[in-house]
Amino acid sequence: MQHTISVMVENEFGVLSRVASLFSGRGFNIDSLSVAPTNEEGLSRMTIVTRGDDKVLEQINKQLNKLIDVLKVIDFTDGSGIEREMALIKVTAEDESRAEVLRIVDIFRAKIIDVTPKSYTIEATGNPLKIDAILDLLRPLGLKELVRTGSVTIGRGAKGWKG
Amino acid sequence: MKMNGARIMLECLKKEGVDTVFGYPGGTVINIYDELFSFKEIRHILPRHEQAGTHAADGYARATGKVGVAIATSGPGATNTVTAIATAYMDSIPMVIVTGQVPTALIGNDAFQEVDIIGITRPCTKHSFLIRDVKDIATIMKKAFYIARTGRPGPVLVDFPKDIQVAMGEFSYPDSVEIRSYKPTVEGHPRQVEKACKMILEAHKPVLYVGGGVVLGDASEQLTVLARKLGIPVTTTLMGLGSFPGDDPLSLGMLGMHGAYCANMAMTHSDLIIAVGSRFDDRVTGKLATFAPHAKIIHIDVDPTSIKKNVRVDLPIVGDVKDVLAQMIKFTDKMKDKTVEFAAAMEPWHEDISAWKDKHPISYKSSTTTIKPQFVIQKLRELCDENAIISTDVGQHQMWTAQFFKFNSPRTLLTSGGLGTMGYGLPAAMGAQAAFPGRQVITICGDGGVQMNIQEMATLVQNKLPVKIVILNNNFLGMVRQWQELFFDKRYSQTCMELPIDYIKLADAYGAKGFLATKPDEVEKVIKQGFAEKGPVIMEFKIAREEKVLPMVPAGASLNEMVLNA
Ligand SMILES: Cc1ncc(C[n+]2csc(CCOP(=O)(O)OP(=O)(O)O)c2C)c(N)n1
Repeated sequence: MQHTISVMVENEFGVLSRVASLFSGRGFNIDSLSVAPTNEEGLSRMTIVTRGDDKVLEQINKQLNKLIDVLKVIDFTDGSGIEREMALIKVTAEDESRAEVLRIVDIFRAKIIDVTPKSYTIEATGNPLKIDAILDLLRPLGLKELVRTGSVTIGRGAKGWKG
Repeated sequence: MKMNGARIMLECLKKEGVDTVFGYPGGTVINIYDELFSFKEIRHILPRHEQAGTHAADGYARATGKVGVAIATSGPGATNTVTAIATAYMDSIPMVIVTGQVPTALIGNDAFQEVDIIGITRPCTKHSFLIRDVKDIATIMKKAFYIARTGRPGPVLVDFPKDIQVAMGEFSYPDSVEIRSYKPTVEGHPRQVEKACKMILEAHKPVLYVGGGVVLGDASEQLTVLARKLGIPVTTTLMGLGSFPGDDPLSLGMLGMHGAYCANMAMTHSDLIIAVGSRFDDRVTGKLATFAPHAKIIHIDVDPTSIKKNVRVDLPIVGDVKDVLAQMIKFTDKMKDKTVEFAAAMEPWHEDISAWKDKHPISYKSSTTTIKPQFVIQKLRELCDENAIISTDVGQHQMWTAQFFKFNSPRTLLTSGGLGTMGYGLPAAMGAQAAFPGRQVITICGDGGVQMNIQEMATLVQNKLPVKIVILNNNFLGMVRQWQELFFDKRYSQTCMELPIDYIKLADAYGAKGFLATKPDEVEKVIKQGFAEKGPVIMEFKIAREEKVLPMVPAGASLNEMVLNA
């Protein structure tokens, strides 16, 4: 089962490699990983999408917590989080397909961020499943390049991560 | 007062109460050594190999409970420490390793003697630091020692670039550390402890399964009190030996692959296993599917990742084992009448256990013509000082020591359990002897492993460290040979050492003494001669070449499927 985990880490030298090597060294999967600084000085937040049964997830959780630079681990699998991802998509768009691309962009409330006579570059944001869906529709028209950010997730409700 | 970074490093070590370091000089630590030249408060011991120096720091730490310190230069010096760091990591030994590094401006340039030692050791250190500013040295060192010794202890590496060693700065050592992302749980949750006590008092066939955590956590006393008070049998892992007196009637000895029959049978038939500072290693559990099929499991450990990693656990307690055991003693004190009932109900269990003990005690066939290794261990035990410290190397001799020595107190056995590092025994003994110049320190080695760090004979002689080196010489890589005998049709591929070595001459070459026994009736004399010497000694015993370590649970078999005599 897929899990989305947020990891609050000290912005220290080598922290990303500590987390990454923990996953590779123990044979855990990483489907996606994103990381950037937060509003708090010296603190970065990683969002990791991973897979495994309950036992594996419990170990992932504990092993992450054991890293000295990890301040908090939040597992959002129970639906307590709102998940978003952005994709930049370059598609072939010539003649009749140009209108079709625009229609799809419109339906998914995506944006055209670059245009040439032969292509559109699209910015799409949403739940990763939504990104999958727009990609499914664009693929037959000619996908030239794709970059996804990986998920970022935040908890629902009024409370911040510290409670 | 301003001083250079190298000096600040030494001042930090002094503030941490470090009296002995093991290190080897080189280009990127030459400034540290220059400061050390006139720094008299710290004793520096020069090993003959950085691996050995780092093992010595490990032996020092295991014997004393303090943080061991090793120093190595960048590049090859640093990589030479890796095996020793991994050894310490697997057995949770508190250490700080300071490695020189090329100047910060050159890092990443493939400079002369540059390696990414932080990257190389990431999976085998508890944490690591790269010092990037002279004003960070003191806080980093404070954190390094704090992290190394607290929670589940472990080695911490500090990479120290040469330009920072030369840079000038103020020294002021912080009084306390605050790491917001590192707060190990110390106190066990009282409600969990209460539940555990109730579970114990309802059990009929309980076993305390005790690991190195009890030694590391200095909780032997609490363990012994609790076990004796409730009358619960105790089995220990290799790392747990000494945490409970081996000659106590409640002791089942070691469990697992080469464990005692009674210990493995007790685990298999138990209805409640109380794991204390142990981690259900595969050498202990045997086949997981059939491990302790009737037992509920209480698991007490300071490291939450150890809990439920390999086996299901009914009641986890995260906390310092000493604190948790002390709470358990208090709690059961309040339940006097229950504990009496409990002891009475355990009668049949104790009968089962004595029957297993009688049926297949740890034993061997004695001989009047060839020296049996087990006999040497028994004689050593009989003739050594009561507070002697024993280190072992890795192999058959290690298991015979574990089975026959009957360790009675913690921190008297130093052995590489998790990594099983050949070459550990001699340098670890060296470290322990440096810590306790007045105690008898004995290392028990095979003829294979002893050669992996034999150069440390020189360090022993030079530093007047009178380690007694016992070599159980079977002229084989015995443990591997045993597997080849049992599972590979006696195809002794590359396990016969063929070239006999004259260890007496070897000892002589280093300026030490050597004694040899080839017959059983010489054993006692050689041990007495060796023990009587003031300096380091080799005592070589030519043992029965194809003696096996038994019983044995073949890899992948269930604990109760022991080979008892093959
Ligand atoms: C560094 C290292 N290399 C290889 C091994 C694999 N190994 C385990 S026991 C053993 C044989 C040890 O032989 P010896 O030191 O003579 O001791 P004995 O088993 O004969 O008592 C070997 C090769 C190891 N544990 N460590």
